[in-house]
Amino acid sequence: MLVTFLIGRVMPIDPVIAIIGDHAPEDVVQRVRVELGLDRPLYVQFGIYVWQLLHGDLGRSVMTSNTVVEDIQRYFPATIELATVAIIVATLVGVPLGVLAAVRAGSKTDVGIRILCLAGHSIPIFLLALISLLVFYANLGWAPGPGRADVAFEGLVPVVTGFLTIDSLIAWDWDSFYDALAHLAQPAGVLAYFSMAYIARMTRAFMLDALAGEYVITARAKGLSQLRVIWRHAFGNIAVRLVTVLALTYAGLLEGAVVTETVFSWPGLGQYLTVSLLNADMNAVLGATLVVGLIYMALNLLADAAYKLLDPRVS
Amino acid sequence: MLVEMQNLTIAFPTPQGMSQAVRGVSMTLGQEKLGIVGESGSGKSISARAILRLLPPQAVVTADVLRFDGIDIKTASERQMRAIRGRRAGLILQDPKYSLNPIMTAGSQIAEAWRNQKKGSRREAAEAALDLLSQVQIRDVRRVAAAYPHELSGGMGQRVMIAMMLAPDPELLIADEPTSALDATVQAEILRLMEDLVSRRGMGLMLISHDLPLVSHFCDRVAVMYAGRVVEELGAGELLHAKHPYTRGLLECLPTLSHPKLRLPVMARDPAWLA
Repeated sequence: MLVTFLIGRVMPIDPVIAIIGDHAPEDVVQRVRVELGLDRPLYVQFGIYVWQLLHGDLGRSVMTSNTVVEDIQRYFPATIELATVAIIVATLVGVPLGVLAAVRAGSKTDVGIRILCLAGHSIPIFLLALISLLVFYANLGWAPGPGRADVAFEGLVPVVTGFLTIDSLIAWDWDSFYDALAHLAQPAGVLAYFSMAYIARMTRAFMLDALAGEYVITARAKGLSQLRVIWRHAFGNIAVRLVTVLALTYAGLLEGAVVTETVFSWPGLGQYLTVSLLNADMNAVLGATLVVGLIYMALNLLADAAYKLLDPRVS
Repeated sequence: MLVEMQNLTIAFPTPQGMSQAVRGVSMTLGQEKLGIVGESGSGKSISARAILRLLPPQAVVTADVLRFDGIDIKTASERQMRAIRGRRAGLILQDPKYSLNPIMTAGSQIAEAWRNQKKGSRREAAEAALDLLSQVQIRDVRRVAAAYPHELSGGMGQRVMIAMMLAPDPELLIADEPTSALDATVQAEILRLMEDLVSRRGMGLMLISHDLPLVSHFCDRVAVMYAGRVVEELGAGELLHAKHPYTRGLLECLPTLSHPKLRLPVMARDPAWLA
């Protein structure tokens, strides 16, 4: 936090000028500087910041002139919605693909899956996003364009959770729900493909390792079915490591898929962070960074807790 | 005959071409105790695993005859193989630290083996697991059943492994170096336990080991393997009359208390043995 704070303060951008423009008279500049507390020494500024933080105050964004907390409350649900759908799809597709590739290691199926993953991993995500837009939106017209909802539906549904899909369901507004879902499909799909590639690769590597274990021979010698050997015995042993991979992938998506959100004009945390950064809106950047850090910590903690549930050797 | 094997060969692909690990092994096994002795890489383990078709998928297996109780293993379906594995033949591996599943309790692993063949309820399976544990002479069966493999000693782990493989009352038990990972005193206990169970249940036993004297004490017959071949087959009492220079060499190299030697001889290997 201190590091983020310092980086923000030593940047060669004057936040005062960023607010009132570079044609303002000198006395106005001085007055705003005092109002913002920027005339005081750095450690005092930091102390004030921490004090406010402890009271749940992240300061005010100069760009939106809302408090940063309000802003994050508005932007973050969009990111959570996107990341959650993406990680669910990526897990449901990536884990079975990885297991299949490991079980059929060396076969054509394996090679196919590995090429698919290599592509997902090595194609830059902005390119993937643009191609997706070009094909599914511009050429085929299957998917709606960028954004979170069509203009016609904008603001129709009362905000309850901030997740457009859930809010529209609460309001029993099926048209809005389908519209939100359709808008979600493309960015979530691109992110899911990208994450799926990583998840499938890791699953394959873990499974190859587990399948070579002696206990797998024991399980087969017991006359168990292939499915049970693979899922109960081998997969059961990699679940712990897989949970860590999934948690970190999810955290990576939550911290805002900046590029994807930009291409699809998705009003999420990543976009908020980027725009704030470009506008030298340091309170907003700091607040968003803090939230991202907290999420990382929380997910890591969750993964550690899962260890205890899944592996009896961890006490 | 439980096992008939004629001219078994097993090869593995390597970057340098096929590597012949087993080169024409023939043996038969009835309701008796057959020992297979040989050094690392002599092909004893994979020959035995070929009977259950438990080799890695890249292994190339050929044989003139390879049968389990008349069933041709070369052409048997996976379904038929699963009916043999576990139900009619069990396999005990070397080190319970690796051969037991680390995330399942000992009891549930035994119950799983029992339930797979006998199709009882969960509770019946758990009861059967406790009974099997007492058959392998474990006193505190409930504690051991609830323990995970890392909480058990090597000897305990191997008892659990034996109990697991005895669950479906098999006719053949293949024990692949079952005592190599254990302390000397525990080794004797485990061997005595296996001997007891095998003779009481009238099973066939294939005991794979690199300990020639131990195997000859324990088994009715001993096959000595070297570089993928059986070089000599002996009755248990005939060990001292071994003819093959490799077997003789192995025996020469053993230290004894009754006739101590100042220096143990080093075996001179004749390349002709490989032919």
